[in-house]
Amino acid sequence: MIGLEISHVSYSYGKSRALDDVSFSVRTGRFCALLGPNGAGKSTLFALLTRLLATGAGTIGVAGFDIAREPRAALARIGVVFQQPTLDLDMSVRRNLRYFAGLHGLSGRQAAVAIEAALTQLGMAERADEQVRALNGGHRRRMEIARALIHKPQILLLDEPTVGLDAASRQAITDHVHLLAESGLAVLWATHLVDEIRPEDQVVVLHRGRVLSDGSAAELAGGQGLAKAFLSMTAEGREVPA
Amino acid sequence: MKAWLVALSAIVTRENLRFVRQRGRFLAALVRPLVWLIVFAAGFRAALGVSIIPPYQTYITYEVYILPGLCGMIQLFNGMQSSLALVYDQEMGSMRLLLTSPLPRWWLLFSKLLAGVIVSILQVAVFLAIAALTGITVPPVGYVAVLPALVISGLMLGAFGLLISSTVRQLENFAGVMNFVIFPMFFLSSALYPLWKMAESSPLLRDICALNPFTYAVELIRFALYGELNLTALAWVGACFVLFMLAALWGYNPARAMLRSKG
Repeated sequence: MIGLEISHVSYSYGKSRALDDVSFSVRTGRFCALLGPNGAGKSTLFALLTRLLATGAGTIGVAGFDIAREPRAALARIGVVFQQPTLDLDMSVRRNLRYFAGLHGLSGRQAAVAIEAALTQLGMAERADEQVRALNGGHRRRMEIARALIHKPQILLLDEPTVGLDAASRQAITDHVHLLAESGLAVLWATHLVDEIRPEDQVVVLHRGRVLSDGSAAELAGGQGLAKAFLSMTAEGREVPA
Repeated sequence: MKAWLVALSAIVTRENLRFVRQRGRFLAALVRPLVWLIVFAAGFRAALGVSIIPPYQTYITYEVYILPGLCGMIQLFNGMQSSLALVYDQEMGSMRLLLTSPLPRWWLLFSKLLAGVIVSILQVAVFLAIAALTGITVPPVGYVAVLPALVISGLMLGAFGLLISSTVRQLENFAGVMNFVIFPMFFLSSALYPLWKMAESSPLLRDICALNPFTYAVELIRFALYGELNLTALAWVGACFVLFMLAALWGYNPARAMLRSKG
């Protein structure tokens, strides 16, 4: 079943073209890495997927809902972890999550149950009453992932979620999100770090606003390793195919 | 509809909790009008006599006259501050999070504005309490009647702040807003002097004051503080709120901060 379907999406900031005819889809239960160097257009694509920007050309389908025509139904099915932290540092983990639950219309017992379930899923239940400021970077990220799951989305979007984390935290978060994909979520994980990707993952390579490749990590790597394949695809001076 | 109210309540609770924690902002919001009330008004008391004009029944001291204007000033500063924060980088992260809510964007922005208004009402309440302690009081009914007036004037000023910070690129920081928006709005209003007094020195300035929406916010608050309703002021403030809100929703573009972060 298709979770996320991006079809012929283009977007420009004035004269500068950020995305050019981008198409790919992510099935439910799949971990899809959106791999691209800095400036490839990943953040623009995420802004379109979260409706921060309005789609110019092309369509984006979220669990069967067109984000331009049925934005509320689409947004209700998306969980997002942004690149920049979006937490209130001086509030407790639970208070942060309750705020988010409220934004999705959940309150009282319904919100409390959903928050508990999400925290337990991410192994954060015992930290629910700690102030966010007291958490380390890895736990803050985990908390943001838990937050993105409160309203039981079908699609999870993560925009470079491991930026600034140490190796152990990165590994733990990558493992957690792979487990979430196995449990049935469609996961889109934007990154420029190839070591976060497993051979069986889907990889979409985005470069200068265009999709260069869409397939499994193993296929993309060929015999030379994913890092090398990615670097040779996105090397400076290499022409982007029309 | 329940989801809408739940979201509104979540946004209002968050803004109030944040405000209570930000003691510096709370103090600044109070010190500014108190300096005007205690220092400025004391100096001008002798220079400015205020004759009997509605809603006052007798001659009043200058402190009594500027009390409503200073309530308006608190809301003006608060409205501009929260709207600037809403549009520019400080709040970008939390704005992005807010906008992932499946509720309509206009409702989310309205909820944000209302949350800011409630914060401003808390500030006004503490300010009025301190003023009362120094002997500057209004009739008891005024302390209740002023609440709805503060809600509508706060919404109007918040929507105005959102409109100008969404559409005027040059106003990128608070200093610009102080110089080009807050000060002209404050001084060209009935906050510090009645319009008839202004007319004595310049009929043109008086006409400008009479077109300033802030004048009507101040007059709405002034009459409400004496348990009276100034219908003209209410109509002006209400109409300006609707106009500014519609224009702000049209001009609000959350992608701007993103563009700025891209350089």
